Amino acid sequence: MESFRGQALSWVLKDGVVELALHRAPCNEIGSLTLQELEKFVAALETSKDHAHALIVYSEMKAGFCAGADLRELYLRSQELERKEAARGVRDYLQRIHRVLNTIDALPLTTIAAVHGVTFGGGFELALVCDLIVADKMARFCFPELRLGLIPGFGGIPRLKRDLGNAVVRDLLLTGRSFNATKAQQVGLVSQVVAEGAALKVARATAAQLGKFDRRTAVAAKEFIKPIPYEELRREIDIFCELFAQPAVAAGLRKFVESEDAQPYLP
Amino acid sequence: MIPSKQTLEEIMNLAATHFKIPREKLTPDDDFFKTLGIDSLQALDLLTRLENHFRIELPDYELQGVSDFRTLAERIQARL
Repeated sequence: MESFRGQALSWVLKDGVVELALHRAPCNEIGSLTLQELEKFVAALETSKDHAHALIVYSEMKAGFCAGADLRELYLRSQELERKEAARGVRDYLQRIHRVLNTIDALPLTTIAAVHGVTFGGGFELALVCDLIVADKMARFCFPELRLGLIPGFGGIPRLKRDLGNAVVRDLLLTGRSFNATKAQQVGLVSQVVAEGAALKVARATAAQLGKFDRRTAVAAKEFIKPIPYEELRREIDIFCELFAQPAVAAGLRKFVESEDAQPYLP
Repeated sequence: MIPSKQTLEEIMNLAATHFKIPREKLTPDDDFFKTLGIDSLQALDLLTRLENHFRIELPDYELQGVSDFRTLAERIQARL
């Protein structure tokens, strides 16, 4: 696998571990550029996955792992287009991101998200497709979509349901509040909570450990215990698109985009 | 609920240390967004540090409309 350094992300394969680094300022918001580079990444992985046993996804940005979808781009693009075209554009975008995340979810590698700071919305969904989450003690998890009149659209609900008890899923989705890493570990979301700044180091040590085991066994175990909820993922896209068409969503997006940060990441 | 002096002091000490502001420049009724010069992402960072320090869980919606240390201390005190 050739190394790649893009504008939003980079990757390298070393000693059987693929490392995917996110580095789009300010906090790895997932817009069309990041999506294009993620698509390139999964295509590159297709030809190289037999040479690796693990994937680590992490962020180089100080603010956190990923703050979610690029809401500014989403709002501006939806304003430029006729309503039907905007709706088609949103559905197309979601389907593309689902293809990428479903591919990572099903990889015959053990995948580790090494997270710190803000791990919100689409960023949380990116972490959720990984087999393990290693969080530093400053990581914070949230689905703030409710605050915009939406639900998570990148597969977060089916994957939360797969991993957590329903009461915790309801708490996250219906209150829109954020959890810290300690709470996330208590509810079974996070595998290890580590010192501030140590998530990548610990993820690398975990990945090195994984390299000692028979890869076919790991692949068989993962396929058995981690089903991909394809039908629910498709249904999530439908519900998201229905909600996105509501006027309240455009108003919520506009407020976020036009704010001068009088608390936009706070509820 | 009136926060204890100790709770308030610990909050201001933690904020001063982390955001590198001289402690004597902070007062309980300061708008911490302005005084610390922080945005909402940094406020979440502060929230996490406070939760870790006091070993509590403080839902971020409880910070709605809270911008001074004294009111923040009240919210934390209610969880101790």
